[in-house]
Amino acid sequence: MHEQFYKSLFRIRRVEEEIARIYPTDKLKSPVHLSIGQEAVSVAVCEALRPEDVCFGTYRSHAMYLAKGGDINGMVAEMYGKQTGCTKGKGGSMHLVDTKAGVMGTSAVVGTTIANAVGYAYAMKLQRKKVVTTVFFGDGATEEGVFPESLNFAVLKNLPVLFICENNGYAIHTSQAKRQGHPHITERAKAAGVQSSCVEDNDCLELHGQVKSAVEAMRAGTSGPRFFECKTYRWKEHVGPNEDFGLGYRTPSEAKRWIENDQVTKIAALVPEATRKAIEAEVEAEVKAAFEFAEASPFPDVSELMTDVFHTPCAATPSEAVRKAA
Amino acid sequence: MDTTLCVEQSQTAEAADIVAMPKERTLTYTEAIREATDMEMARDPNVIVFGLDVDDPKAIQGTTKGLLDKYGSERVFGTPLSEDAMTGVAIGAALAGLRPIHVHIRMDFLMLSMNQLVNVGAKSSYMFGGAVHVPLVVRSMIGKSWGQGAQHSQGLYSYFMHVPGMKVVCPTTPYDAKGCLIEAVRDDNPVMFVEHRILHFQKGPVPAASYTVAPGKARITAEGDDITLVGISYMQLECLRAQRYLADVGINAEVIDPIWLAPLDIDTIAASVRKTGKLCVVDNGWTTCGASAEIVAQVLERLQGTRDIRVMRMGFANTACPTSPTLEAEFYPDARRVASAAYDMVHGRKKNWMPEERVDLRQIEFKGPF
Ligand SMILES: Cc1ncc(C[n+]2csc(CCOP(=O)(O)OP(=O)(O)O)c2C)c(N)n1
Ligand SMILES: [Mg+2]
Repeated sequence: MHEQFYKSLFRIRRVEEEIARIYPTDKLKSPVHLSIGQEAVSVAVCEALRPEDVCFGTYRSHAMYLAKGGDINGMVAEMYGKQTGCTKGKGGSMHLVDTKAGVMGTSAVVGTTIANAVGYAYAMKLQRKKVVTTVFFGDGATEEGVFPESLNFAVLKNLPVLFICENNGYAIHTSQAKRQGHPHITERAKAAGVQSSCVEDNDCLELHGQVKSAVEAMRAGTSGPRFFECKTYRWKEHVGPNEDFGLGYRTPSEAKRWIENDQVTKIAALVPEATRKAIEAEVEAEVKAAFEFAEASPFPDVSELMTDVFHTPCAATPSEAVRKAA
Repeated sequence: MDTTLCVEQSQTAEAADIVAMPKERTLTYTEAIREATDMEMARDPNVIVFGLDVDDPKAIQGTTKGLLDKYGSERVFGTPLSEDAMTGVAIGAALAGLRPIHVHIRMDFLMLSMNQLVNVGAKSSYMFGGAVHVPLVVRSMIGKSWGQGAQHSQGLYSYFMHVPGMKVVCPTTPYDAKGCLIEAVRDDNPVMFVEHRILHFQKGPVPAASYTVAPGKARITAEGDDITLVGISYMQLECLRAQRYLADVGINAEVIDPIWLAPLDIDTIAASVRKTGKLCVVDNGWTTCGASAEIVAQVLERLQGTRDIRVMRMGFANTACPTSPTLEAEFYPDARRVASAAYDMVHGRKKNWMPEERVDLRQIEFKGPF
């Protein structure tokens, strides 16, 4: 288990470090909201999910996408704006999707996917599918009306939906305390009638344990919606590859505690050295290959501009078209 | 990029004058907005500024810089991420006599404010028979390029033009940014003040004194007899560049900046078309049911039967905004395409002419991260 966790954590970290490294060259013409420092949440949750389970996310979803099994080449190529990207160069870093891996698509308008996940869970329940629907969102998203409204409906219909609030303490440069009169998100979820818990310290294994039992109960049909507030910390600027302590809205000393408690390092220490080295070598090769793939891929042809505006059967994937024809 | 060509009839000209641009200090568009806000806050203690991040270190590209220190956190404050409720709060405060300026870093996010703006803000004066009014300014920004994508790039001002009771303004120069914002703050009605992230980098003359740029007067930004180009928001810049490309081949385009879209100064535009007989409206949004459609329709209603008129709309391609640079370049009209379309209109048929790119007219690229 620790091996798998480490691999997933290290892989996300390395992909994002590469993004940050290449960013100044201007090849990645996409705003990037890095999850560096926050990977533990996505890994803890997605390791409790099955491939057929579904996740919704935000513009800060590289970690979720990779942890859920989204195609790494598709993600990196997307950031390069290439035809081989997961949205064919149409969505960029903020709109990742890989439906085969259960990554349903991410939105850049804060809070919007919370309700979409609830609707998806409703459909799963109606269709008697044992699929768990998860939505990742930030502390800021809980200030939008859609958050309490979605919780209410999920409770009303007893839906198998997992609300994962990644509380990194900030929305852009504004701290939670400056935005919330009663800065206790878990209490608000509880008040809506959702069984809720708060996991401190970006603790990957603790969060995983709690999410795993919640997901099992949902699958067994003994649990409705569940809410987890996951305390975490963003190391880089809100958007872009750099640090931003120079702006003055937060201090390096505040960050210190989180950086010292880095989950990539913590979980690495639980893996035997030889195994760890093998994992790292494997990941490095995969990441290198993904960036090479992206670099080598072509830009979309201009004819692609007007496709996909509406869904048409001919726009279906080749395999779907073949299946329909059969 | 979408172009729609149709031919109609029309009548004679009526000169519209060019507003003299005082040449003194040079400010950027963002500095002009900051100055206008500062002056109005100093003049009227009822003016308050709020919105996500207005008090953060980046201060909305500097447009709210220093205001917190000068006026305090009661009059300048960041808000929760609650556009719907905060728009309602703004309207409530305006009903009580405050003059809020509510700031949104993207126009796309205004979709969360729609109910309050359309059903309450724009309706209150009329629905309550003039008993109350809502002196509210909503500042919102349109993003462009560098992978902003489907949800960070929309110019949705025509939604608000559609609704009686809302005023809409899209200033394109620092001069107008200052004058229009002061005017908007003093207006007793809801005003949608539309900025464009690339216009933010524009520099231009801005008088130090207070002044207003009121609705009712579009600006002729270049004079000509051969064709009328109306450029809305950022597309005003592309039209001015197109005018240069056309001048290189002997075509004199008249370029008009409508500045205020609601109420719209159709007189100036119609007078120009009466002279040129050709109207191309280039919008920073989609053409269908958009500002360009409205302007074309009003000009034709006015001039039909008086002379031959050719009209065209140009705007975003009829799709969401893609992120890949190759697709994005195709999505937006640009100066060369505007010039090419205008050239065809002047010649009355498709000539497949496209000017060589002039380095001095290349568009300013906004570099990320945004
Ligand atoms: C509805 C809406 N309002 C404002 C924004 C601008 N915005 C983008 S990210 C962000 C902060 C969100 O904070 P949080 O939910 O805590 O997520 P984090 O970025 O910390 O992961 C804001 C205000 C937006 N994208 N959508
Ligand atoms: Mg946050």
